[in-house]
Amino acid sequence: MEPRVGGGLVTRPLVRWGVFALVVVVWELVARAAGSAFFPPPTAIAQVGWRTWFSGPAVLTEAAWADVVPSVLRVVVGWGLSAVIGIAVGLLLGRSRRAGEYLAPLLAFARALPPPVLIPVFVILFAAGTPMQLAVIVFGTVWPVLLNTADGARGVDPVTMDTAEVYRVTGFRRLRRVILPAAAPRIVAGLRVSLSLALILMVVSELMASTSGLGHQLVVAQRGFDFPAMWAAIVLLGVVGYALNAALLGVERRALGRSTG
Amino acid sequence: MRGDLVGSMVEVDDVAVAFRDGRSTTTVLDGLSLHVERDEVVCLLGPSGCGKSTLLRCLAGLRAPDRGEVRLRGEPVRGVPDGLGVVFQDYGRSLLPWSTVARNVEFGLAADLDRSTRRARTEEALEAVGLADAAGRRPGQLSGGMQQRVAIARALARRPDLLLMDEPFASVDALTRADLEDLLVRVRREYAMTVVLVTHDIDESIYLADRVVVLSPRPAAVVADLAVGLPRERDQIATRESEVFVHLRAQAAELLRSGLSRSGAHHGHPGVGERGERGPVVGVGDDPGDGVQREHLER
Repeated sequence: MEPRVGGGLVTRPLVRWGVFALVVVVWELVARAAGSAFFPPPTAIAQVGWRTWFSGPAVLTEAAWADVVPSVLRVVVGWGLSAVIGIAVGLLLGRSRRAGEYLAPLLAFARALPPPVLIPVFVILFAAGTPMQLAVIVFGTVWPVLLNTADGARGVDPVTMDTAEVYRVTGFRRLRRVILPAAAPRIVAGLRVSLSLALILMVVSELMASTSGLGHQLVVAQRGFDFPAMWAAIVLLGVVGYALNAALLGVERRALGRSTG
Repeated sequence: MRGDLVGSMVEVDDVAVAFRDGRSTTTVLDGLSLHVERDEVVCLLGPSGCGKSTLLRCLAGLRAPDRGEVRLRGEPVRGVPDGLGVVFQDYGRSLLPWSTVARNVEFGLAADLDRSTRRARTEEALEAVGLADAAGRRPGQLSGGMQQRVAIARALARRPDLLLMDEPFASVDALTRADLEDLLVRVRREYAMTVVLVTHDIDESIYLADRVVVLSPRPAAVVADLAVGLPRERDQIATRESEVFVHLRAQAAELLRSGLSRSGAHHGHPGVGERGERGPVVGVGDDPGDGVQREHLER
């Protein structure tokens, strides 16, 4: 092992979170000093959040089951559907030159459409509720996965493909042994973009048309002038987003770590 | 020669291949004929870009000729034929970087073999190339020479009766190259294979081959067919010093040069001594550093 220089490697995460904590403390002091009803101090926000969601008999309260769980499920299920559809269609488009060429303009257009504009359409199609939100999330998040997968599948080295051909590795075996691993870094990059998009679309769709979820809770609190509850919903959304991203990063390190060694 | 091994392995009959790129057409092979006997080691020696790799692709069934026919064991080639092992120049692109060495070798085995046979064949092939200890490692953790050994093991695991090699040792350093050449001489004997090897290195072609087929620049035609009258046991120092070897080298160099000058100046120059590390080698128009650069490509 290399000698540590000033212990930099060890203290760095500590320093990072130290800065985070410092900002929270400053916010607390400023908010207390200002005493504005619109900007409650972090401790007050945390208290409300704790009381609302995490003080139940089995940690989660009824409100948590009504707000947090639907939101997280929508993100995960919608993103999961996008992953399945995007990877399947992307592989097809990537490996079939004709399909790729025919569909390229259509895809470019569909992808350029800002996903929230479809919320009104999906509200009419599905009525406000989980199916509508899933439709919004899937439609908005499928493109990065699809296009990245297609690119990755298209970019498999021709020598590698020749090798597979010569050794008669065809069909599903070629997909599993050659094309998927070769495209994996691109697929994962697409999945990461999609996850952030899924979070945004979940919130936006819940803000606009929903009867449950964190976004809905946020609007209810805002309309009732319950600012600590509003802030608590915002903070919890941040936490959920952070946790989902961290989970994906963990999975990614394990999956791709094997291939980079 | 063993009776059961006599007979023709590869017959190339009046093969023509042209590449179309937009409006321009490049004729790479134009009426080339060639014959390889069973159990023979034949080196196709020609300048870079002469079409010898395209010829090898036709033999491997990766490309159908536009005209003429390729026959393997008397059967016309349609698609990739049976009993074939192929080693490409670019091991970095031909090996799967995400799979272990063992899995890479196993990749060459037919899908319907059972698990224990697969394992046994993989181990045997890795043993043959001296990489039994590296089974669990990944190609990226090995040197270039070791990676090419993995590619050779992958071909051997299939127990092919025909091994096709496309400039297999062009991307490794001189010492490793000599090592791999001797490895090939040994495994060819152990596995009783016919070998067709494409190279632009005169010394290498004579050192390895029973017969050297000298090709002209594009479109490739057979300039000469040199029988190498050396015993099958080769030695890096003694063989290269032998009178037969020295004489053949001069002859092959002369033939290549005449082929190059006949085809005009635009085909490049016979870059004398390009592979300086190997002594007085008359190289022919090399694509400089190609494989070496790719060696560092990470995927």
